[in-house]
Amino acid sequence: MRQQDFELEKNNDPTAVPKRVALVRRDVSLRVDAESEEMVMSAPHLVLREVIAFELLVAFLAAYSLVFDAPLEQLASPLKTPNPAKAPWYFLGLQELLHYFPPLVAGVVVPTLIVIALIVIPYFHINVRREQLWSRRDRPALLAFGLAVAGLLVLPAAFGAWSIVATSFLVSALMIACFVHPREEGWWGWFCQLSLPSWIMIWFVACATVLTLTGVYFRGPGWEFVWPWQ
Amino acid sequence: MEHATQMEKARKEGGAARRMLDGLTSSAVWRSVFRHGLIQTNTDRALTIYSNVFLHVHPVKVRKSSLRLRATFCLGGLSLALFLVLTVTGILLMLYYHPSTPRAYEDMKDLEFVVSSGVFLRNLHRWSAHLMVIAVFLHMLRVFFTGAYRPPREYNWVVGVLLLVLTLLLSFTGYLLPWDQLAYWAITVGTNMAGYVPILGDRIRFLLLGGHSIGENTLIRFYVLHCVVLPLAIVVLMAVHFWRVRKDGGLAKPL
Repeated sequence: MRQQDFELEKNNDPTAVPKRVALVRRDVSLRVDAESEEMVMSAPHLVLREVIAFELLVAFLAAYSLVFDAPLEQLASPLKTPNPAKAPWYFLGLQELLHYFPPLVAGVVVPTLIVIALIVIPYFHINVRREQLWSRRDRPALLAFGLAVAGLLVLPAAFGAWSIVATSFLVSALMIACFVHPREEGWWGWFCQLSLPSWIMIWFVACATVLTLTGVYFRGPGWEFVWPWQ
Repeated sequence: MEHATQMEKARKEGGAARRMLDGLTSSAVWRSVFRHGLIQTNTDRALTIYSNVFLHVHPVKVRKSSLRLRATFCLGGLSLALFLVLTVTGILLMLYYHPSTPRAYEDMKDLEFVVSSGVFLRNLHRWSAHLMVIAVFLHMLRVFFTGAYRPPREYNWVVGVLLLVLTLLLSFTGYLLPWDQLAYWAITVGTNMAGYVPILGDRIRFLLLGGHSIGENTLIRFYVLHCVVLPLAIVVLMAVHFWRVRKDGGLAKPL
């Protein structure tokens, strides 16, 4: 076989070429230079940690349950509608969306999209390269980013969903701060090395948290804004 | 051989308690159950894991780096622990609960005023349920930010997303069971969302409620979903999830 018959792809990046074939001549012995990792026995090292974590959890739950009682209101009555009627806290983010967007969007499209988005994450090689957001540190990249954010915020702004707009502004300000003041170390360094998909997840969690907290603490009769102590 | 000499050495050093313990762990009954002694040699340590059907979900050895708290924050394990607490407290609550109206609400009052530690039992169940939603969600974030969903773990990530959905559904169906105003109207708001689905919305809502509005039919449906259907589903998916963690190469290496 002549050398020109085929060409092997030469690449040292395991994320770009995940499946590899090694050709080994018969007279050569095989040796793998693997990183040797320190291993410990699961019993007792892992099992003991699990037992301790479980006991701490049960101790915390017992203490919390002794101090705080689960809520119990009056007997259910279809005739007495409370104002506001609130869903369980983990759905209050969606109920808050219902306040801004048409029911089809807030009640069906958004939750369906969230579940689909979560499911497809590993199949689109999202975040595989862990490339930093600002790997291209130039003005066009910053301009494209600004336009993308502004474009995405048109829709929530049109519906008056200002809490989403404000949260998105804060997250994009953090992203731009990573452009202006890049660091390698510390907690700020952790932010600066994040890839775009990671930032999207942070944005999602930030919006979900703000919407949920608004629904739980800042909504009163008629879904009007109230302070938690009012 | 190593084991025998160590036992001999320990026996000479230890007192009566030591001899009793050794007598117990070498007895025919103990050996028939555990098939290994107390953890004294590496053989014992290995046998502890792989001769036990429950501990068998673990490999015999783990990376030292993945034992660090920052590698996992114990979130997956805590989610399972919360599920176990919820199962035990849930079964105890079932002993005092009738899924009928208005008896369900009266049972809540009985838990408060008649049953010993009834309030404590209900508190444990409710707070654990809230905490489980948070723990499962944080576990998902941990897996995302450590990149642990990447091939070959993509399928297990999907199973994890389904487990999150099931956790939410379990919590949601349990929310109706106390049959107080809070429960009734929260489920009204929640199931109204199902009604917004185009074309099929009203039918889905009817199927969930067992009628056009929340009533006794809804209570029995949510009770069966909460106590039988969803727990069975989540246990099956958890079995797949844990098995795949091992098959896909154990805990992902911390970055």
